[in-house]
Amino acid sequence: MGLVMPEFGLFFWMLISFSILLIILKRFAWGPILQMLSEREKFIEDALKSAENAKEEMVNLQTGNEKILKKAILEREMIIKEARELKTSIVNEARHEASVEANKVMEHAKAAIERERAAAIEEIKNMIANFSVDIAEKILKEKLADDSRQKELIQNYIDQINLN
Amino acid sequence: MPQINAMIRVLTSFFLVLFALTATPNLLKASEEHAVTDTISPKKFNTGDLIFNHIKDSYEWHIASIGETHIAIPLPVMLYSKQTGFHFFMAGKLHHGTESYEGFHIATEGKYQRKIVETMTDGSEVRPWDFSISKNVTSLFISIALILVIFLSVAKKYQANFAKAPKGLQSWLEPIILFICDDIAKPSIGKEKYQRYLPFLLTVFFFIFINNLMGLVPIFPGGANLTGDISVTLVLALFTFVITSLSGSRDYWVHLVNAPGIPIWLKLPLPLMPIVEIMGVFIKPFVLTIRLFANITAGHIVALGFYSLIFIFAEKSIIAGYGISVLSIAFTVFMGILELLVAFIQAYVFTLLSALYIGLALERHSHPKHA
Repeated sequence: MGLVMPEFGLFFWMLISFSILLIILKRFAWGPILQMLSEREKFIEDALKSAENAKEEMVNLQTGNEKILKKAILEREMIIKEARELKTSIVNEARHEASVEANKVMEHAKAAIERERAAAIEEIKNMIANFSVDIAEKILKEKLADDSRQKELIQNYIDQINLN
Repeated sequence: MPQINAMIRVLTSFFLVLFALTATPNLLKASEEHAVTDTISPKKFNTGDLIFNHIKDSYEWHIASIGETHIAIPLPVMLYSKQTGFHFFMAGKLHHGTESYEGFHIATEGKYQRKIVETMTDGSEVRPWDFSISKNVTSLFISIALILVIFLSVAKKYQANFAKAPKGLQSWLEPIILFICDDIAKPSIGKEKYQRYLPFLLTVFFFIFINNLMGLVPIFPGGANLTGDISVTLVLALFTFVITSLSGSRDYWVHLVNAPGIPIWLKLPLPLMPIVEIMGVFIKPFVLTIRLFANITAGHIVALGFYSLIFIFAEKSIIAGYGISVLSIAFTVFMGILELLVAFIQAYVFTLLSALYIGLALERHSHPKHA
């Protein structure tokens, strides 16, 4: 029976020592240990979270970079295209202007030629008239050198005048 | 888990060596005692005495007996007698229970066997108030000193290297501390309030675990059957009981008297359920007391029983004694390993049940209608 009967002495010492043990451990061991454990848990969690964030940021940055690169490529192409367009337009314009200018010059030239031609023709006409008069004069001089002929001619003219 | 495996391996080899070392002197002792009993007295080897001398508390710390010479550490005896007041002397004055001192002697039989009793003038024996620093009390003080050294140094280490991987002793204890926090306290008590009870649960766990282990070491300062002493387990269970009762919610007390969802005829006119419920409040700590005490004591008894086989057979013939010793040691080693497991399991069970009882007391029910 002695085995299962609590002994007062041991009960007394156990009660006191265990209480003291509990108080000391609670104050000086479990407090700091549990606090450190939870702080470390938080620390690790935060570290993991920030690593995750950094990773995400990096991905964002990368996609951003890619976007910028794509945009740059697009812009470059656009610039090139624009330049090409500008070039062709300039060339076309130049060509157009040149042709217009050429046409103008041509027209001027044509007009000038026309004018010259008209003048020349006029001149030729005048010259021909003068020549004709000269020739006629010469012919007349020739023809009228003979008096009979002069008379014949005058007769002829008089016939032609047809006096009414 | 590899840490725990390594721990078990180290401890196992440690105990193997210890058992091997202690087995030899015991054998010598057996044959010498055998020789002595043969020539001087016909007193036979008494297994019960051997076992009970070991598992029960005593006034001195017996280390070895060589022939008739007992080597033991005498411990201070403190008594208060109603007739003669306070007495303080060393247990050596009682000469291993063979002599009396200041009217006190150790009873060899009867109700107070192995306890100091006072012989009154009329010849009757009375038990005085006994505050002696007995073997178990000494073991208690040693274990508490050990626990304080371990955990205060570990706490200092935690403060020194914050947010670093645990090292040394710290790395042995951290998995256990986390196990108690996350696998015992948190699920049993609940996330909101478990932190309040952690110091108690951790202290109880390590107190039981370390004392269980110390009880397995056969030589001083181990070998006392502290967690197998009902006074110790009673105090531990009382702590759980007091904490449970103090933290009991209103629902807990109401449910004791008027449990909802139970037919009214179980409560009136004969309050069957309330009686059962209120008995349960006291049965819980009682069961905690008995379970730890019985498990640890039984382990010690079985291990010693295997050893006693050697001496029982040696009484028939020395050769049989040596022969059976191989088997006995094998069995005791097996028991030692099993007891290592039990040391952990019992500490775990006590802590888990304490946490569950506290959790039950804290529980708030939200019944739409109370019966």
